[in-house]
Amino acid sequence: MAVLSEEQSMLRDAAKSWVQEKSPVTAFRKMRDSGAELGYDAAAWNEMAEMGWAGVIIPEEYGGSDFGYLSMGLILEELGRTLTASPLLSSGLAAASALILGGSDAQKSEWLPKIAEGAVVATLAVDEGPHHNPEKTAATFAGGKITGKKTFVLEGMAANLLVVSAKGPDGIGLYLVKADDKDVSRQRLALADSRGAANISFDGAAAEPLTGGYALVEKVLDRARAGVAAEMLGSALQAFETTLDYLKVRVQFGQVIGSFQALQHRAAKMFTDLELSRSAVEAALAAIDADSPDVPELVSLAKAKMGDTFHLVSNEMVQMHGGIGMTDAHDAGFYLKRARAAEAAFGNQAYHRDRYAKIQGY
Amino acid sequence: MADFGGTDLEAFRGEVREWIAANFPAALKGRANPMMREERSKPSAEQEQWRKAMGEKGWGVPTWPAAYGGGGLSGGEARVIQLELNRAGAYNPIGGMGVMMFGPTLLEYGTEAQKQEHIPPIVRGDVQWCQGFSEPGAGSDLASLQCKAEDKGDHFVINGQKIWTSGAQFADWCFCLVRTDTSKKHEGISFVLFTMHQPGVEVRPIPLIAGNSPFCETFFTDATADKKNLVGPLNGGWTIAKRLLQHERSGLSGAGGGGGGMFGMAKSLDVLAKEYVGTDEAGRISDSDLRTRIINNAIDARAFQQTAVRAMMEAKGNSGPSAATSIMKNAGTRVMQDRAELTLEIMGSQGLGWEGEGFSADELSAVRGWLGGKAVTIYGGSFEVQNNIISKRILGLPDLTQNH
Repeated sequence: MAVLSEEQSMLRDAAKSWVQEKSPVTAFRKMRDSGAELGYDAAAWNEMAEMGWAGVIIPEEYGGSDFGYLSMGLILEELGRTLTASPLLSSGLAAASALILGGSDAQKSEWLPKIAEGAVVATLAVDEGPHHNPEKTAATFAGGKITGKKTFVLEGMAANLLVVSAKGPDGIGLYLVKADDKDVSRQRLALADSRGAANISFDGAAAEPLTGGYALVEKVLDRARAGVAAEMLGSALQAFETTLDYLKVRVQFGQVIGSFQALQHRAAKMFTDLELSRSAVEAALAAIDADSPDVPELVSLAKAKMGDTFHLVSNEMVQMHGGIGMTDAHDAGFYLKRARAAEAAFGNQAYHRDRYAKIQGY
Repeated sequence: MADFGGTDLEAFRGEVREWIAANFPAALKGRANPMMREERSKPSAEQEQWRKAMGEKGWGVPTWPAAYGGGGLSGGEARVIQLELNRAGAYNPIGGMGVMMFGPTLLEYGTEAQKQEHIPPIVRGDVQWCQGFSEPGAGSDLASLQCKAEDKGDHFVINGQKIWTSGAQFADWCFCLVRTDTSKKHEGISFVLFTMHQPGVEVRPIPLIAGNSPFCETFFTDATADKKNLVGPLNGGWTIAKRLLQHERSGLSGAGGGGGGMFGMAKSLDVLAKEYVGTDEAGRISDSDLRTRIINNAIDARAFQQTAVRAMMEAKGNSGPSAATSIMKNAGTRVMQDRAELTLEIMGSQGLGWEGEGFSADELSAVRGWLGGKAVTIYGGSFEVQNNIISKRILGLPDLTQNH
């Protein structure tokens, strides 16, 4: 793990203990079993907001603590371990970034304090089809209104504020739209990972532009991508550790199955990939905090690498648990379903491999 | 803010730059390290001059203690020196087994007298070492070695054979694992040092698939080693050997993962692909399947470099090495081998040349490098052995039990 400042260590430790005590993976199961209407547990979200997590990247003048993206990543990693569902990434990281980087003073004053308190849930609405492709955004902004369709909007049903990408007179940019606007209609999606999502249609919905054009879109998306990668790191690590524990207890053929070399080597491969992925994720978050020009390539590197690793680990978790890994009663299925949703969010591995190459000039 | 990057060493950097400018012979700029080639036995005047300058300064081994002639510098300062050498097109003339693995081990396990005798010549590059470890019957299972050392009071008499002895034909001294007790496996091994320049030592280079002979068979017939050159206790050599192998592993993964390194070329794969395969109208590599595989290699190489930096930063604060270090050899060597295979594929039929006309020097070097690179997942603890180490020591997975 990156060498942390004292503040960051404390934040991480607080997140670790809250997650262990208040939000083990059984909490996710309970949310799923209850129908997962909202896509997260409202009481748990309130607790997170009270601990100040929704304000971690928000400047102090707007009610946040301004600890930065690596700090937010540390919290997301811990939440990822137990598949804890919440709008923290969508609202406290992604939408908040859009306002911080592209909002007017009035827009920031109106929305950031409420996001920091957890009172308002905000989210990005960018995708328009099965694959993430922000450069080809077709939704339009004209005369103060947005028209178009967005897909796979994370926390789309719970959101009060939508940060929408649309093509305006000067190109593609981001716009604020109130989710309860009469010209916004939302369709709840029941996803395999039980997290909240929606398809949203805009039929001339009132919208306020943010400043920064397409450059803002990519900056905000990169921050969202890094956040997803941080959460994936936690989920993949826990999936691996749970599997490793199983290898040490399950006995077949008179042996603990973890003594079979084939399984040992597959475990070693996963461990290797997880260490490499951690390096990439932490480097991306640190680059965002440093506002480095390398952010786009480091973020695509992290999302691609982390995606491949979580893809592998989630498959191996089911496979190595054998029959019980196939039962709903076991958590393996949860990590597998979550992995594919996270891989797809804000660009999958293929998308980010290609982006990495484009940035490098090939 | 998390400390992920380097530290500010601007003043030192200036000092290093000046010193290199004053001491590095211009004729050597951009030239490769002669250690890697035949020239090492017949160095030019400038190569000797450069070796002596770096040797006296101690910057060939910047983090070694100044008490034995080393630079006495921090890891950060050592990196500054490396970067400035790269910038000036200057190679580090101090190297070899003595630097990479034996010196660090002796600094940890040697007596004061042993350190005083053997470290300064390594620092100056005056003495080259070779490693007497593997035997035909003892490769991955090194502890099963049989080369015998008989205790004759003030010296040992050594009989047996070693294999894969790198650079034995150029070496002055050998650090050698010998069996001093045949009744126990691991606790019957001792770590001794002796000169290669004695009648009882015979060296035969082994031709390899790449056409070169970097490794040798080494035969000992009544060779002798002074008692004062027993490192550590009698029959206590295995512990020292394991530590030395850790040093070897770090050294190898550093060389293996850093792009071209010892076995490859400096040109990046995408540049090579544009030359040999071509681009489409958008200026992208025209073979999209190849492009994806190049990207995968680039990503793994980058994540590997990031991990090297992270491991270094983490080690700074703690007493022991970061857990990340256990993965470095496998991660680095895999990247290096994939790169070599991609290079060959990119070159197409121009990547099939052995020697002579019709092929550029780079093309021939790529073929030799690809072949020689097959060794990196075998030596220094094979890929499979590394996975065993990760599995058992890091992940805590158990051994098979007797009843099955």
